[in-house]
Amino acid sequence: MNKNHRVPSNRTLGAVEVKSKFGAEFRRFSLDRSKPGRFDEFYRLLQHMHRIPNVDLLVGYADVHGDLLPINNDDNYRKAISVADPVLRLFLQRKEEADYSAFGLDSLTRPKKTVLAAMLLRPDANRKKPLVIISLPRDFRPVSSIIDVDILPETHRRVRLYKHGQEKPLGFYIRDGSSVRVTPQGLEKVPGIFISRMVPGGLAESTGLLAVNDEVLEVNGIEVQGKSLDQVTDMMIANSHNLIVTVKPANQRNNIVRSGGGGGAASGSSGHSSDSGTSFYGYSSPGTAVATTPAHIIQNFHPEELESDEDDEDLVIEVDGEAMPIPRTSSASCTIPFIPRYVPHLDLRTTNGALASHNRSGSLGTLSTADRGLEGRSLEEEGTVITL
Amino acid sequence: MKRFRRHGQESHRDRIKQELYGFNKTVEHGFPHQPSALVFSPSLQLLAIGTRSGAIKLYGAPGVEFMGLHDENAAVTQVHFLPQQVDLVTLLDDNSLHMWTLRAHQGVSELLEIGRFTLTGPPGAPPSVTRVTAVLTHSSGDLLFLGTEGGHVFVVEVPGFRELEERNISLENVTNSLPEDYGGRRSLEHVESLQENPVNPRQVLIGYGRGMMVIWDLERQSAVKHIPATQQLESVWWTEDGGHVLSSHSDGSYCRWMVAGEGTQSEQEKSEVPYGHFPCKAISKIIQLPTEQGPPFLFLSGGMPRASYGDRHCISVIHSKTHVALDFTSRIIDFFVIRDGPDHTGDPSALVVLVEEELVVIDLQTEGWPVIQTPYLVPLHCSAITCSHHVSAIPLKLWERVLSAGALQNTHYSKKPWPITGGQNLSPDAPQRDLLLTGHEDGTVRFWDASGVCLYPMYKLSTAGVFLTDAEPNDNMNQGTEGEWPPFRKVGCFDPYSDDPRLGVQKIHLCKYSGYLTVAGTAGQILVLELNDEAAEQTVEATVADLLQGQEGFRWKGHTRLEVKEEPVMFPPGFQPFALVQCQPPAVVTALTLHSEWKLVTFGTSHGFGLYDYQQKNTVLVRCTLNPSDQLAMEGPLSRVKSIKKSLRQSFRRIRRSRVSLRKHHVNSAAKVQEANARLEAELAEMELAPVQRKIEARSSDDSFTGLVRTLYFADTFLSDSSHHTPSLWAGTNGGSVLAYQLRLPPVERRAEDPVSAHPAKEIQLMHRAPVVGIVVLDGHGSPLPEPLEVAHDLARSADMQGCHQLLVISEEQFKVFTLPKVSAKMKLKLTAIDGSRVRRVGVAWFGSSRSEDYGESGLTVLTNQGDLHVVSLPGVKLQVQYPCIRREDVSGIASCVFTKHGQGFYLISPSEFERFSLSARCVVEPRSLVEVPSQTPSTTLPRAQPDGPSVAHRNSTRATDDVEGSARRVMEHALLNDETTHDHPTARFIITNLTHGNCQSSLCVCGLTCSFLTAVLQEIQKSLEGYQP
Repeated sequence: MNKNHRVPSNRTLGAVEVKSKFGAEFRRFSLDRSKPGRFDEFYRLLQHMHRIPNVDLLVGYADVHGDLLPINNDDNYRKAISVADPVLRLFLQRKEEADYSAFGLDSLTRPKKTVLAAMLLRPDANRKKPLVIISLPRDFRPVSSIIDVDILPETHRRVRLYKHGQEKPLGFYIRDGSSVRVTPQGLEKVPGIFISRMVPGGLAESTGLLAVNDEVLEVNGIEVQGKSLDQVTDMMIANSHNLIVTVKPANQRNNIVRSGGGGGAASGSSGHSSDSGTSFYGYSSPGTAVATTPAHIIQNFHPEELESDEDDEDLVIEVDGEAMPIPRTSSASCTIPFIPRYVPHLDLRTTNGALASHNRSGSLGTLSTADRGLEGRSLEEEGTVITL
Repeated sequence: MKRFRRHGQESHRDRIKQELYGFNKTVEHGFPHQPSALVFSPSLQLLAIGTRSGAIKLYGAPGVEFMGLHDENAAVTQVHFLPQQVDLVTLLDDNSLHMWTLRAHQGVSELLEIGRFTLTGPPGAPPSVTRVTAVLTHSSGDLLFLGTEGGHVFVVEVPGFRELEERNISLENVTNSLPEDYGGRRSLEHVESLQENPVNPRQVLIGYGRGMMVIWDLERQSAVKHIPATQQLESVWWTEDGGHVLSSHSDGSYCRWMVAGEGTQSEQEKSEVPYGHFPCKAISKIIQLPTEQGPPFLFLSGGMPRASYGDRHCISVIHSKTHVALDFTSRIIDFFVIRDGPDHTGDPSALVVLVEEELVVIDLQTEGWPVIQTPYLVPLHCSAITCSHHVSAIPLKLWERVLSAGALQNTHYSKKPWPITGGQNLSPDAPQRDLLLTGHEDGTVRFWDASGVCLYPMYKLSTAGVFLTDAEPNDNMNQGTEGEWPPFRKVGCFDPYSDDPRLGVQKIHLCKYSGYLTVAGTAGQILVLELNDEAAEQTVEATVADLLQGQEGFRWKGHTRLEVKEEPVMFPPGFQPFALVQCQPPAVVTALTLHSEWKLVTFGTSHGFGLYDYQQKNTVLVRCTLNPSDQLAMEGPLSRVKSIKKSLRQSFRRIRRSRVSLRKHHVNSAAKVQEANARLEAELAEMELAPVQRKIEARSSDDSFTGLVRTLYFADTFLSDSSHHTPSLWAGTNGGSVLAYQLRLPPVERRAEDPVSAHPAKEIQLMHRAPVVGIVVLDGHGSPLPEPLEVAHDLARSADMQGCHQLLVISEEQFKVFTLPKVSAKMKLKLTAIDGSRVRRVGVAWFGSSRSEDYGESGLTVLTNQGDLHVVSLPGVKLQVQYPCIRREDVSGIASCVFTKHGQGFYLISPSEFERFSLSARCVVEPRSLVEVPSQTPSTTLPRAQPDGPSVAHRNSTRATDDVEGSARRVMEHALLNDETTHDHPTARFIITNLTHGNCQSSLCVCGLTCSFLTAVLQEIQKSLEGYQP
């Protein structure tokens, strides 16, 4: 199938030639390169062209390297248009089939071996791990990130948890507690909110960025001080699709040493958070604590991918205009080849709430086809471990 | 430049906000929770009630109300008016005394605390020495006699609370004056009662706990007479002629003593145990009042035979041959008798009894002693309130019909006017007629006139008559059979025990134009009622709406449907049911809306919703909203989410019911009680052991009760295309989805024949999945669509059907505006994500400007789970103002909140009291009343400045009245600074708690007055103030 008949350089600047394949059928049409429009319009156009108005589709295109890359949001759609040279070759799949195939690598690859040779991300020689460990590109997506490291005190950590669809529970509990603050009047005990429990296999646990007895300081940029446990719970749930928690980790021994200060124990200055629960960490011997709980930060990006965000596609649609700066990590995700239904697309849906589901059909059928059915595979296995 | 302009706009907007919004808690309606003290001032014609939470409330003529709250969180144990004055003294159970006064300010009286005092004993004395047990306000108006647990009587000068040590009557003095043979010189115990001789203010009777009473001459400082009663003393009454003393005792007896004659020992004239032979409970209070001609009235509280009627709460009234034991519904707090005549010394006209749950007033001058209906202090909770509904601006026609239906229900009340007439009600007439409807646990709906300060009962509707219930009517109203002894007579209406909890009213909707009412209850019953001025007999046929729609695998474990009476039922004039829908499963109805123009009712439960055509009496639409994996919703009536309070109440009811049924069925009732107790304990244990931790998880479609229908809304709008508007039905669920149906109504002339149909048109799933609590369609001008028939009655501008309509969806977490007919998000306001609060109650209101008559804005009134009130503008969904209102722990208060259409609202501050609040700057209903000092004011010790004198110190008196205290202090400081000649004595510690500068009338209250020169100091201050008058 990978015909790859490269059209010579008679490229018409104005139009993009599109060749779209769905099953055994081809459709050809052209698009204005300068005005590609939005992805959802393009998506409807495809449905219209193929006369499959009510079929949910996965849209992929072959890039210049012959890789199959997804088109599922405005950004990678624009990218696809811009790189089309001049033919944009599209491969459409039924979403149901793709979903089904998501459970097994082979079922998808087998019929499309030729194309999917390209799906192995990139022919990157510098990747040390064997290919079998690398999952489908579709599994590459940000799950969590540490953000604002440059502006926060080193004793604090701002963690962003990405909750795409319903695949994995956030998986943590919070409780009331008290924390000791340094004030001009001396030490003062103030009520605080702490993480009380991690659900095994939940998102929070598997990222390793949050731990039991971490004090929660902010939720999506809003301080929790003075708020009740129930209020903080409601705030977190209301922001659960894009939760940004600033914590003061109970374990302060693995902080980044930024200004050449003391080692792990340099945290006390800004007020050591302690209560009955945290004291365990406080008194355990430093050696064992460091040895047993390395502050590994698990992300699903490879370092070199972080560098690849020089292209202008990192306009991640920020959910609800948070005050947070756009994290670089998530912008990097746009360059990773990934299959539809991930961050940007979902973020779009979240922003518009119900609108998205409506625009697509206006019918009752599409109500809340919540993206689900993601495998419960532990992310650590495939993810790359970055130790900061 | 731009910034400046922007700033200007903002301040302009701020000014508009000030003109539109203002938060005030204005008045408390209903009956005070846990009253603990009662007193009546015949000269002021005011009634005062103290409560266990430290509140003091004064009531006079209807509309005359005052309320004060002690800073201490202690129960008010006694309240006493100073005779012939507007001051009153309260005693709290922390042994502090407080002086309150009604001060006129800008033509309106205010209740202000002007001083406090705690009796200090000699150093080293045990606290019991100064623990006050009895208070007498002497008729001179400036002396307080305080009897204590230690048996001493302290004399204190008021209003300044100056102890007059030299006039104290110590226990030793009294004991020494007693004859040698009395009781072997045993302790007399505490002072139980202090009474002044009605004809000789020099004499005071001191009654001690052990029974001994001593008449003390205040001038000679010696005992005049002894009354050697031998039983524990409960109360003492000095007859009006001063010739006799009545004492009541703990063994249920009372004695009459002759005190007029010579000799130091009084004769016992009579001793009687009225409910005799067997041991009786104490007579806690006794009053005897003469009549012009004929025998006196005798009032006794308690005294019932201990074994057989020990649990009754009775007051016996004995007049000539008539003897009635009034049997009250709850514990008697206190009672008093109102007397006729200009000086209130004539015949007894009314008996006023404060019991724990209501105030009962009995007309003593009408044959049969009927009850007088109270215009205030009405027990809202005579059956527990389960929901409320407010309707603003009732058309006069409907108002009169409801009133006349109510009048027919109140024929057993006395025709006498309300006997308490103190004060003048100065509040302007209510601008409109407002109805508050409360639904109750026993299936009744009560209609209250909520237009003004008094929440006046208008009409009571009972829905129980439609159904077959276990309880036979009036089986507990055991009307006394002839010759029964004691001669009981049930009085009062407090009856918290519902016969069948399924009857409980959960949702109410009244159309004020057509008089159609729909009422929905706990067992999925929806009644449609019509106002009929004649009694009518009819059969109410039930339509069953199967909300499961074939969903399988569910088992309803909750209560069964109510059984409907098959034979015709006679309905009295008023609202009469003509249609009934019963949901299957019979889960509690969670949403209800009536559209009187389309003659449709829509209802929702945790399983789905339905649309009922009450003209053709058929179900148009049934939609199941259940998530197939939601087992919880199926099992029972919200069993896992019900509040602990509710379950406790239910447990108690179970216990009680099993007790009641003991008589009927003797079987295993003891086991039932045990079972109920066990359940109660388990619930309590569960409550204590619950760990305080919260799960953080995004909502999912699999959560429980996502299908519960939270809100239903009818709108005539552009649902499917922008050129034709059609009737539509909107439903919002707990799982954050909105379902819209297009309705097809036949033309009016064929309305009775052609079917109504509903077609699904749209579904919206909110991404954040928070429960949808409100849906509003905004017209082309951005104003909410008018109510049905509102336009037809020329009471609202018709909706703008030219411009684009918008859909406002209010979830617990955010407000979101969508365009119509193509639903796309336009604007939103997030609440929970920003501050963690969630929407609990929401209403649409119109706020009129307080400045200009014709300016107003629509807005959303919102109550959050944090107890804060917000106003959100329409259609821009911008937060306008925010006020803290209810404590966030007060879950039932928050749940009970109901908003009016004009920016006011009500919420329950106790099971029996509504707090009324206002968010509108224009529309405020608050008591404004004036109480004047009685004309025969005796001279007071403190010189008072002439009222109405213009005052220099009046400069800042344009301040709001609630800041009187602060500004008064400022004025005082000013006065002090400008008069350096006096009163800067270093030890003069005085706190001026109040001073009304409005008319330069100052009343200074001084705490800790121990130095004799302080009086002089005060006079100096007074002088200095007067010096400002030109």
